[in-house]
Amino acid sequence: MDLKALLKTARIPRRSPSWTMLVSLAAALLAWELVSRYAGLPAFILPSPGWVVVRFWRALTGGSLLLHTGVTLLEVLLGLLAGTASAVGLGYAVAKSRLFERLVAPYLVATQAIPIVAIAPLLVIWFGPGMFSKVLICALIVFFPVLVNTVVGVRAVPRSLRDLMVSLRARRGQILGKLEVPAALPILLGGLRIGATLSVIGAVVGELVGADRGLGFLINAARGQYDTALVFVAVFVLIALALTLYGLVSFMETKFLRWQETNLK
Amino acid sequence: MIDPILTVRDLTVTFPDDNGGLEALDGATFSVYPQEFVCLLGPSGSGKSTLLRILAGLLAPTSGTFTYIAGPPRIGMVFQQANLMPWRTVRENITLPLELEGVPALEADRRAEDLIDLVGLQGFEHTWPRDLSGGMAQRVAIARALVHDPDILLLDEPFGSLDALTRERMWAELSHVWQVRRKTVLMVTHSIGESLFLADRVLVMSQRPGRIKLDLAVDLPRPRADEMRYTAAFGKLARQLKDAIGFPTGIGSDSRSVLDTRY
Ligand SMILES: Nc1ncnc2c1ncn2[C@@H]1O[C@H](COP(=O)(O)OP(=O)(O)OP(=O)(O)O)[C@@H](O)[C@H]1O
Ligand SMILES: [Mg+2]
Repeated sequence: MDLKALLKTARIPRRSPSWTMLVSLAAALLAWELVSRYAGLPAFILPSPGWVVVRFWRALTGGSLLLHTGVTLLEVLLGLLAGTASAVGLGYAVAKSRLFERLVAPYLVATQAIPIVAIAPLLVIWFGPGMFSKVLICALIVFFPVLVNTVVGVRAVPRSLRDLMVSLRARRGQILGKLEVPAALPILLGGLRIGATLSVIGAVVGELVGADRGLGFLINAARGQYDTALVFVAVFVLIALALTLYGLVSFMETKFLRWQETNLK
Repeated sequence: MIDPILTVRDLTVTFPDDNGGLEALDGATFSVYPQEFVCLLGPSGSGKSTLLRILAGLLAPTSGTFTYIAGPPRIGMVFQQANLMPWRTVRENITLPLELEGVPALEADRRAEDLIDLVGLQGFEHTWPRDLSGGMAQRVAIARALVHDPDILLLDEPFGSLDALTRERMWAELSHVWQVRRKTVLMVTHSIGESLFLADRVLVMSQRPGRIKLDLAVDLPRPRADEMRYTAAFGKLARQLKDAIGFPTGIGSDSRSVLDTRY
């Protein structure tokens, strides 16, 4: 396949001008405020935006929100790291060897077929309600998309560039570092972008199943006390986390993939 | 007599396929001498690329030998497509062979700058390959093939993807580069005109499986200018090549149409 064509499909969409985003955000907030004020819903069903902000401030200064956010963030990052590292390693081996691919493919597909939500309780039973079981769930959920993208990325390295490297008598490590990594990077980062948001989901699922800390735990606890505003706070913090991670990967893409940007005049 | 830099003897390649294997090369035998410009001419599918891939160490022959006089050579290869790394700028693409050899970056950049001057790409050092025209990209590829001072240049239809005008300009540039650097060149081409414009010697390959059918010395004076192709000497050589390839020549064909034929 032509690398250029492939890269075009993997290209990052241009961010739309920020003022349109602000307008739509303001409209959504306004709609929410109006509904909560005039629909006659009690605050434990739909708290107003103002009340959520107040609750946010209290949770923040009360000290517990930072702790729970930190725990979840750590789980997400460790899981992302572990899942990405193992997926890239295994994906590289799969991409390089058809035999190895045939050996492990059934298991890889099987792991993907297991719904993570279904085995999360099992993992919590086995590995306890601490952080480790959450990190494991994050790693598992991140694993597959990153693996697939690694395989696709490494397989997309043009044969002609390999020939070039061999004709220049490049060593294995040089082919890896100067050809395979940069050529696979756009697709790999695409996988990482998906993985980053999935990792947040993994952590929350794990925490909802059984935990004593983290934003998922906070949601459970707040729900038990009909503190719906706090549930909203936790959800918004989760959204912010996912968006930040997504933005971080996008930033890496613009930084490392300058060479494939088109000249939009 | 000078020793050949490369001796090829009875090279045979059979690609495995469903009915007993596909013979791509059948006993190719020839030599290349130092600082010689040799063109390899032949019909499509005659095994020219296969031969070049063997000589570059990208493919093992089924039988036969090829020997470089001084052991494994440094190779400068140019492919039909420019084959640049899109994540490297012009200069970074050119320094690649030096990086692989561990040449310090400063020295590598200096040598790249020399070549950028030689192939006329001043001002494009930091351009990404996506912003280059086909001819410019091919010049980068030629500079990259020269930068590590290779023992032999292997060119596989390097101008095949260019338009006729650019191609002819590239002939002049390549012949200039060759005269400055005095490299040994083995170049695959489809074009009789191209081979006569550039080569000291033209090897004609037979239909698949490829063999060397004709070994023709081109004694046209250098530098070769555009007008040369209207001379009788040129026409005679072109005719010999065309007959060897076995392309039917019409009664009315003159040296001009010979030149424009890609076969
Ligand atoms: N890796 C391969 N596996 C199987 N068959 C191959 C392989 N490479 C080349 N061939 C076959 O060998 C023959 C010679 O191919 P080659 O590319 O060397 O021809 P060529 O002279 O370079 O042709 P062209 O002028 O069209 O580039 C062709 O029939 C081709 O299909
Ligand atoms: Mg070819």
